[in-house]
Amino acid sequence: MIDTTALTIQETCSLIASKQIKTVELTHSFLDRAKKLNSKLNAFITICEEIALKQAEKIDDLISDNQSLGPLAGIPVGIKDLYLTKGIKTTAGSKVLENYIPVYDSTSIARLKEANVVIIGKTNLDAWGHGSSGENSDFGPTKNPYDLTRVPGGSSSGSAAAVVSDMCLAAFGTDTGSSVRLPAAFCNLVGLKPTYGRVSRYGVIAMASSLDSIGHFTKTVYDNALVLNVTAGYDPRDSTTSQDKVSDYTKDIQKGVNGLKIGLPREYFKDLDKDIKKITMDAVKKLENAGASIQEVSLPHTQYAVATYYIIQPSEVSSNLARYDGIRFGFARDKFGQEAKRRIILGTFTLSSGYYDAYYLKAMKVRRLIKEDFNNVFKKVDILICPTSPSLPFKLGEKVNNPLQMYLSDIFVVSQNLAGVPSLSVPCGFIRNLPVGMQIVGPHFSEKLLYQAGYTYEQETKWYERKPKMGN
Amino acid sequence: MKKRQTTNVKRLTSTIDIDHTAKLANLDLSPAEKKTFDAQLGKVLDYINKLNEVDTKDVLPIDQITSVQNVTREDMPTPSLSQDDALKNAPRTYNGFFEVDAVFEKNNPE
Repeated sequence: MIDTTALTIQETCSLIASKQIKTVELTHSFLDRAKKLNSKLNAFITICEEIALKQAEKIDDLISDNQSLGPLAGIPVGIKDLYLTKGIKTTAGSKVLENYIPVYDSTSIARLKEANVVIIGKTNLDAWGHGSSGENSDFGPTKNPYDLTRVPGGSSSGSAAAVVSDMCLAAFGTDTGSSVRLPAAFCNLVGLKPTYGRVSRYGVIAMASSLDSIGHFTKTVYDNALVLNVTAGYDPRDSTTSQDKVSDYTKDIQKGVNGLKIGLPREYFKDLDKDIKKITMDAVKKLENAGASIQEVSLPHTQYAVATYYIIQPSEVSSNLARYDGIRFGFARDKFGQEAKRRIILGTFTLSSGYYDAYYLKAMKVRRLIKEDFNNVFKKVDILICPTSPSLPFKLGEKVNNPLQMYLSDIFVVSQNLAGVPSLSVPCGFIRNLPVGMQIVGPHFSEKLLYQAGYTYEQETKWYERKPKMGN
Repeated sequence: MKKRQTTNVKRLTSTIDIDHTAKLANLDLSPAEKKTFDAQLGKVLDYINKLNEVDTKDVLPIDQITSVQNVTREDMPTPSLSQDDALKNAPRTYNGFFEVDAVFEKNNPE
């Protein structure tokens, strides 16, 4: 049995390619760990043992035939249960789709299959992506591996829990307004929200279409870049994808930050918890010592971001879910859970006759101002650094009956979706044994720069080596 | 009591007419749900109403995010799902079609 806890994608790829380990053996090891820990963590809704082992055999055959391999050959991954996977049940975390088996793959899944990954299973989430804690799943909450009484962050809760507890080496999420970055921060992982339109959304169940981005979790920055190399790029089936050239995100990742101009948006630090502030500033100091210059900047409309987001997002949620009829697949609308109903009602209201101008249209105007804030600031600096979450991972149950408090968990992570800019959340330490993350934010299509900065910081700290105590 | 907005005038409010909105959204809500949503969404509205502080007199609503606009494609058919696949998840089918409840009543005058 292979010890799954010490591996990264980078190492595993070379172990497989150099025939030091067999993909089947590796897959067995990850499946065993996933099956064992899932009763504790509830990270997976479905574990696809048979499909995973079949795929692993296929990859081992390719290797013994000396055939060419995809860049992620044999890598075990978890997939948020919002991505359509042909022949594998896809629930969106909702009882509405409890019996839905897609007949086609989302573009991301097709690309991952072409890269020869092994899908271990489909991960838990807040139903339809609606949530910041994972507790809105109709299949029960996921637990934070660092403290089982706390949330792992959401909505891509199971994906984060699965990677950090070594049930897989990468997992996929969606980020409409926190859903990759918050769980990455709460689970000591690297999580990317790419530029809007960098990664195809085709075949991923839509939440709010002008905000949805397709991201992923890994333990290290290098691994994260490796995965984006596979998922990024134009897709004729998603008209919002960009035709801009895709970089090799791992190339020059060691370039360093010498001469890089880093901005600290003062609105994010003003009332920040003092421990989180200290840990974030320590990280900034490390980048300064590595040659970056630091200056304070301002994103003046930051205080309106959550209000803007909680008009636009539910409006688009209501519009997308208005089309759900239960005629072609799934169950009827009466199976929607509480949070989906709440958002549908709020969004239907903000789009309704008489209120459209005061809410939706107003929010679309403020959204322009928020985006201009970012445009302006990136004339002065190359990247921004700010906290990912205003608090440590909170207790399960703490915010479930107070939707407004839950929505305010997203206070530092919604502006980037409104502006469409990329953001990489990287681990930046621990407070009272709980992980803390920080965001590296850049202009549109600057993912490469974010990885270079993240990599430089990670070399100094290696927080990913501090694992949750899950036993073996 | 809450009043239904009938004219097309901009207005901020702290209450949502839940019955009317649930009907628009085609959701059957229980009385308990209505009560809960009324209270919870009232607080959310109070919060989002703060957008009113922002002067947007000369600001146009945003219409694109990354400069990708007016994307079209050739109107050419491409391979798609087979009829069998399309029907695979349908709760009710009839002779290769989706089956639904009748939309119109039989003796509907006019």
